[in-house]
Amino acid sequence: MTERRKRFAIETLPGFTAIAIAAFVMLYLPIVTLVAYSFNGGSSVAVWGGFSLHWYEVASQNAAVQGAAARSFIIAASAAAIATTAATMAALGTTRRGKFTGQTFIYLMINQPLMVPEIVTAVALLIFFASIKVATGYSGLGYLILAHSAFCIPFAYLPIRARLEGMDGAMEIAAADLYANPWQVFRRVTLPLLMPGVAAGAMLAFVISLDDVVITEFVKSAGQDTLPTYMLGQLRRAVTPEVNAISTALLGMTVILLTAFFLLSKKRD
Amino acid sequence: MGETFAVEARDAVKVYGTGVNAITALDHVSVTVSRGEFFTLLGPSGCGKTTLLRCIAGFETPTSGAILLSGQDITEEPPYRRPVNTVFQSYALFPHLTVARNIGFGLEMMGKPKAEIAETVARMLALVRLEEFAARLPQQLSGGQQQRVALARALAPKPQVLLLDEPLSALDLKLRKEMQGELKRLQLETGITFVFVTHDQEEALTMSDRIGVMRAGKLQQVGTPRDIYDRPANRYVADFIGETNFLTGVVEGGAVRLGSGDLVRAALGGQTGTVTLAVRPEQIRVVATNAPGAIPARITGKVYFGTDTHYHFALVDGTEVVARLQSRAQGEDDLPKGVEVGLQFEDSSVQVLGP
Ligand SMILES: Nc1ncnc2c1ncn2[C@@H]1O[C@H](COP(=O)(O)OP(=O)(O)OP(=O)(O)O)[C@@H](O)[C@H]1O
Ligand SMILES: [Mg+2]
Repeated sequence: MTERRKRFAIETLPGFTAIAIAAFVMLYLPIVTLVAYSFNGGSSVAVWGGFSLHWYEVASQNAAVQGAAARSFIIAASAAAIATTAATMAALGTTRRGKFTGQTFIYLMINQPLMVPEIVTAVALLIFFASIKVATGYSGLGYLILAHSAFCIPFAYLPIRARLEGMDGAMEIAAADLYANPWQVFRRVTLPLLMPGVAAGAMLAFVISLDDVVITEFVKSAGQDTLPTYMLGQLRRAVTPEVNAISTALLGMTVILLTAFFLLSKKRD
Repeated sequence: MGETFAVEARDAVKVYGTGVNAITALDHVSVTVSRGEFFTLLGPSGCGKTTLLRCIAGFETPTSGAILLSGQDITEEPPYRRPVNTVFQSYALFPHLTVARNIGFGLEMMGKPKAEIAETVARMLALVRLEEFAARLPQQLSGGQQQRVALARALAPKPQVLLLDEPLSALDLKLRKEMQGELKRLQLETGITFVFVTHDQEEALTMSDRIGVMRAGKLQQVGTPRDIYDRPANRYVADFIGETNFLTGVVEGGAVRLGSGDLVRAALGGQTGTVTLAVRPEQIRVVATNAPGAIPARITGKVYFGTDTHYHFALVDGTEVVARLQSRAQGEDDLPKGVEVGLQFEDSSVQVLGP
């Protein structure tokens, strides 16, 4: 006789559905509210004054917002490019040459920014860059770009490494068999096949950089606000729906990039 | 100076791993392949066929010994500097390139002019009959078509030697037969030396000029299909190629006395004591019990195979012997189970293998 046991399934527990719904509400209601109030015609963040694009207009004409947006974009694009390049080389180094001693150690090193508390990295960078500023007198966006590149590397590294590990080494052997030297193998076969992973990594790095507050806040010099730190500064003073409008724009951008990221990481060959 | 061979392995040894995990994939293999020859490496799974090909292609370096190409030692040359191309078992077509770009890849890497590449690609597409598929991507082709692209891609740079690692094993039987003919045609048309790997003995016998039979990293015998089939060097080769009856006996005068007490004549070549005789099933005749030299046997079973029927016999001491007889029309000559008959071995067909 086979006795049919009742399977334990978490979704059958009483209250499961209610908790799930509550969690979703907690997650999305504030965002929905934020987005809704960005279209508020009135000047309060709590009282609805009719639909309008007024605050988008205000934000887009505000020189401080324009400057912050430009900086955010420059930093994110540069950091994404640098981090993706470094991550691609790191991924090739850690997966394409077989096992070697210290591999786990290097893996941990690459992913260090995921494990060390961000505030610690921020303080460390602040002190480190301060001494360089004194020594060189340079105080441009370079510090922010370098700092962002550093903490973006693991985010770029993960999708690239996943793609590399799923890749068939036979392609590279076949290319070498067909007279491609190691550089040609990389340019003509490895890199094109790796491209969806590289693009996904770059997008993730871009979004992560775009979002950063803590490290930027510590590292930036005067007048180097990015969109998030600008918003933080605004919130300390008067709260207007202008912040909602900027947030919504950022959110839209992030959603688009992350969607592209998921599509790319799911892409097979 | 003797002939320079297209390919030569000199005492090649390949050991994977170290210490207790060491696996000897090639055990002092020496073999030569002549220019324009269709040479087949045949052997069971894990006997080192792929390893030998990889050493010739340059994906592995032999632990010791040398690989020569047209008389030149290329043991230390990287794969991209060897005028040798491979058709991989998995095809390994570049998924991001069209069929035409795949086929032209080797020439492009060699830095040939565009016009020459285009011309060669067109010729290769015609050779493998894929003209209308030039612009497709590999994943838009059937298995057999991908196979032909892999072949064209490896042939396009006109290598001195083409290595084929079980290129047909992923195809179904019908396509496989078709591709066997195709391969043979391509080899004759291009005149390129082929080193072909298979574990299918029929494929080896029908396609090859010569066959090298491998076992556990060692070459057991190298010879023409006829040599290998008719004069196997040892019991392993006789057993691996085709079906064989093995009969043990003791040398007595110019003949061998079997366990059943029957005498069988054979070309002994000076062997004495206990020997093993190998007799192919199709080289056994069924005769009347009182025919001269007939060995008495009883039919214990039969299996019908269409064109022929396999009869199982027991000699008087119970030794089992299988004979293959051509099926006749309308079941005439159909021998029922249990009948006593006589068996005759053609003298020249009896091979003496040693104990
Ligand atoms: N990279 C490797 N590392 C360790 N051992 C290996 C490696 N490649 C092959 N071997 C071992 O070497 C032996 C010969 O392998 P090889 O691939 O040459 O066999 P094969 O004759 O091609 O077999 P098959 O018909 O299954 O393809 C096997 O025992 C295999 O396990
Ligand atoms: Mg193999």
